[in-house]
Amino acid sequence: MSDNKAHHGHGDHSKTYWLVFFALIIGTIVTVGAYFIHFDTIFLTIALALAIASVKASLVAGWFMHLASEQRMIYTILGFTAFFFLGMMLLTIWAMQDTPKPIFP
Amino acid sequence: MDIPYTVMPRRDTGLYNAKLGIWLFLASEVMLFGALFSSYILLRVGSYPGVWPHGLLNVPVGTVNTLVLICSSVTVVLGWAALKANQFAKYRKIQAITLACAGMFCCIKSYEYYDKFTHYEVILKDGRVIDGHLVEKVGGGQLVDGRRQPPEAIVIHGVEFPADAKAAGMAKVPLIHNLEKASGHHLEHKEFRIPWSDTKKVQNYGPWHNTYLAIYFTMTGLHALHVIGGALVIGWIWGPGAAMWKSDPERYTNRVEVSGLFWHFVDLVWIFLFPILYLL
Repeated sequence: MSDNKAHHGHGDHSKTYWLVFFALIIGTIVTVGAYFIHFDTIFLTIALALAIASVKASLVAGWFMHLASEQRMIYTILGFTAFFFLGMMLLTIWAMQDTPKPIFP
Repeated sequence: MDIPYTVMPRRDTGLYNAKLGIWLFLASEVMLFGALFSSYILLRVGSYPGVWPHGLLNVPVGTVNTLVLICSSVTVVLGWAALKANQFAKYRKIQAITLACAGMFCCIKSYEYYDKFTHYEVILKDGRVIDGHLVEKVGGGQLVDGRRQPPEAIVIHGVEFPADAKAAGMAKVPLIHNLEKASGHHLEHKEFRIPWSDTKKVQNYGPWHNTYLAIYFTMTGLHALHVIGGALVIGWIWGPGAAMWKSDPERYTNRVEVSGLFWHFVDLVWIFLFPILYLL
């Protein structure tokens, strides 16, 4: 295992944290801005909102939670988590085939 | 006996134990919220056309709450960085902002919940629907044979949908747009005094009202519990728990880091909750 001291050589990262903060604010403003623009397809609306949310989440996880430079053990745990999480989401998508046709009057 | 690896990383994991512990816990939290997110998708794609509500929540209020949570996230990490740089007083100040943000988030969320619990859909016997906020319930409320009597009348400030609009149980915002388009003028918001005997169904927009609100209250409620729990832990470490800074500063800094990791996760969940519940 790598020397933890070398890994945690935290200098002044405050500037990075502020940059991430402003990126998150801008991301929020863009998301809400996109809500007021009416796109032609619902697919585009959902894809854009989720894409921005994913970028914001990556910023939080990568820099605020320091996942960009972590120990391998944490990546292993999160690898398993990602596998089961994606499995759960894919189950939902497969189950869409079973959704009954609307019978609402 | 001293607990091992509260400060020094273990050789095999490369981590101090609390950090390994919090990541394992967060992994389980991902699955907990993941289950609810997948439920949301299933409910959403399985809903009948025109039923899934749009515009039921106040987007500006939700946006402000998102910004409040982002602010608290940056202060958590800046507070920890201050401790790493041996600046305890600075940490205290910065982390106080985190706690203030947590309180503000809960206040705004409570206001939003209150707004839903006082928002009513009243279906009249003649098929008309009146949708709006409760002004007052007139009379009633007395106990007769252990059962609370209904009010004599209910006063609602809102809009009226004609019987042929088939508004009962449907998403109201698109309906209003359609009605206004067809008639060419604004649907007027006014006060309605409705005798109880004219009503067929009176229900507020609580979690029981429809599938959307059920999943909205479940997800935001669980998230709010996480905010409260996180704020209590961060507050304890910030306040009474701060004595450890004198006895064992490195371990104290690790506690701040671990509670911060939980807080960022709570922020991360909200980053997805906000667009799916408020905007899409």
